[in-house]
Amino acid sequence: MRSDKSASAPFGLKIAAAGGLLFLHLPLLLIFLYAFTTEEKSYQFPPPGLTLKWFAVTWERADVWQALWLSVRVASISTMIALVLGTLCAAAVSQTRFFGRETISLLVILPIALPGIITGIALRSAFSLADIPFSFWTIVLGHATFCIVVVYNNAVARFRRVSGSLMEASMDLGANGFQTFRYIILPNIGTALLAGGMLAFALSFDEVIVTTFTGGQQSTLPIWMLQELIRPRQRPVTNVVAMVVVIVTFLPILGAYYLTRDGDQIAGSGK
Amino acid sequence: MSAIAQQHAIQTGRGSLAGRVSDFLWKHPHVFLTILLGPPLLWLGIIYLGSLLALLLQSFFSIDDYSGLINYEFTLATYRQLLNDANFDIIIRTILMAAIVTLFSAVIAFPIAYYAARYARGKWKAIFYLGVMLPLWSSYLVKIYAWKLILAKEGILTWLVTKLNLLWLLDAWLSLPVIGGNSLSVSYTGTFIVFVYVWMPFMILPIQAALERVPTNLIEASSDLGGTPQQTFRHVLFPLALPGIVAGSIFTFSLTLGDYIIPQIIGSSRLFIGQAVYAQQGTAGNIPLAAAFTVVPIVIMGLYLWMARRMGAFDAL
Repeated sequence: MRSDKSASAPFGLKIAAAGGLLFLHLPLLLIFLYAFTTEEKSYQFPPPGLTLKWFAVTWERADVWQALWLSVRVASISTMIALVLGTLCAAAVSQTRFFGRETISLLVILPIALPGIITGIALRSAFSLADIPFSFWTIVLGHATFCIVVVYNNAVARFRRVSGSLMEASMDLGANGFQTFRYIILPNIGTALLAGGMLAFALSFDEVIVTTFTGGQQSTLPIWMLQELIRPRQRPVTNVVAMVVVIVTFLPILGAYYLTRDGDQIAGSGK
Repeated sequence: MSAIAQQHAIQTGRGSLAGRVSDFLWKHPHVFLTILLGPPLLWLGIIYLGSLLALLLQSFFSIDDYSGLINYEFTLATYRQLLNDANFDIIIRTILMAAIVTLFSAVIAFPIAYYAARYARGKWKAIFYLGVMLPLWSSYLVKIYAWKLILAKEGILTWLVTKLNLLWLLDAWLSLPVIGGNSLSVSYTGTFIVFVYVWMPFMILPIQAALERVPTNLIEASSDLGGTPQQTFRHVLFPLALPGIVAGSIFTFSLTLGDYIIPQIIGSSRLFIGQAVYAQQGTAGNIPLAAAFTVVPIVIMGLYLWMARRMGAFDAL
């Protein structure tokens, strides 16, 4: 009797697992429904009617485009900085042995392990102590700091799987360090970096807590959204933006998943 | 030493600048390490740790009650202020909320993680993984917004409850002291639900990682020896999954401790630590008190991480 049970899950477990996943997904589906509602003043359910009108209205809104454009620029530059710094750090930690390696891992993780509000207020007070005015670059400074860990985690995991003998072989065959990096290391860690970069982009694109402290007058898309949540001006436009944000953030996640899913089969590890 | 010298005797064709640079780095691993580690360490050390230390230092200053200016003299007065009734209430309230959110997250996450670790195979494994990752990574504000739609008085939850003829139950719940309120979206219950929703996904993957390491034959052995499923769970599965639960709870606990946006949008007017920090540094302009408030989550998380480390939770991350 009992050994049968291990073949298929107990009914109660199935229900609990399915219920948990539904709990996670139904609220997001609701966002899709509300983007089409004709109701303007409240969150009435069921929607009195469905319309595509608000997509056109949102398309015409300059403030939404400005916020989106700022978010894209911030996320791109933060991702690039994080890619460089995260990869360097991962290379150092995984390719060499030195005193204090553990501390470095902790230092990299700290910006996301501590609540975002601490990072935010620390940066804000540092900017004001140093008389740095809030700008595009102060936002980037904050974002890059907590994006490093995402790239770092992906790169470290991949570095661990790239066999050291591959690099030695390359050196033995006469390649210098730069050639080895270009032709051996980069192709091996490339997809992990791409995945880390996508996740960093998604993280920065969505960040709101640190940005409220480092952003000054300009609003990124999440800041725009937060203002709409606190003081709704035109709810249907917020509904449409919310749906677009869900779709836009799903793409890098799916991309990162497909890039790293076959990560176990790496050249040089099959021995 | 001789190995390196030997290698050099063989490789002679590296006359180019790039070749010489890379040979130099190979022979001086410390220089190489400095070049690798320098930029990230400078960035994190100056921008992040520097600001953090500057903030912590400010918690030892105080604010002049009359002029509203910061008094740059070492004092513990600001910390004493933390312990007055109103502020202490905020701290206790936040810790309690973080603890309850963590507990419920573990209860909801466990079956998902267990199913994914033990029963899901092939396609279903991928579906479970993405099913957890997509909500985990999707926009924080959109998730909160979704719950504003759900919990609003005219929203889907009230509609559903009315259809099921359970409106009296919802009203009875809302009339309870402390956890009730005018509607779910302005009550502690609402804050709690949204906290669980937003942070629970962070609990699933560490538990799943811990459970995947539990050999199936341990569970079979337990039932062969006459253990009921409840006993197997209590004496075999749960202890082995505990490091994963603790690892996941680091996220749920820490993220709830510092959040100020969820209770601001969905919640009553009673403050959490994050909101207190935000209010103190913003409208009140009292950076020292704000800084002292941030020390609370830092200390709690420091203790928490230390305990988690002792329980071996970091291996499950």
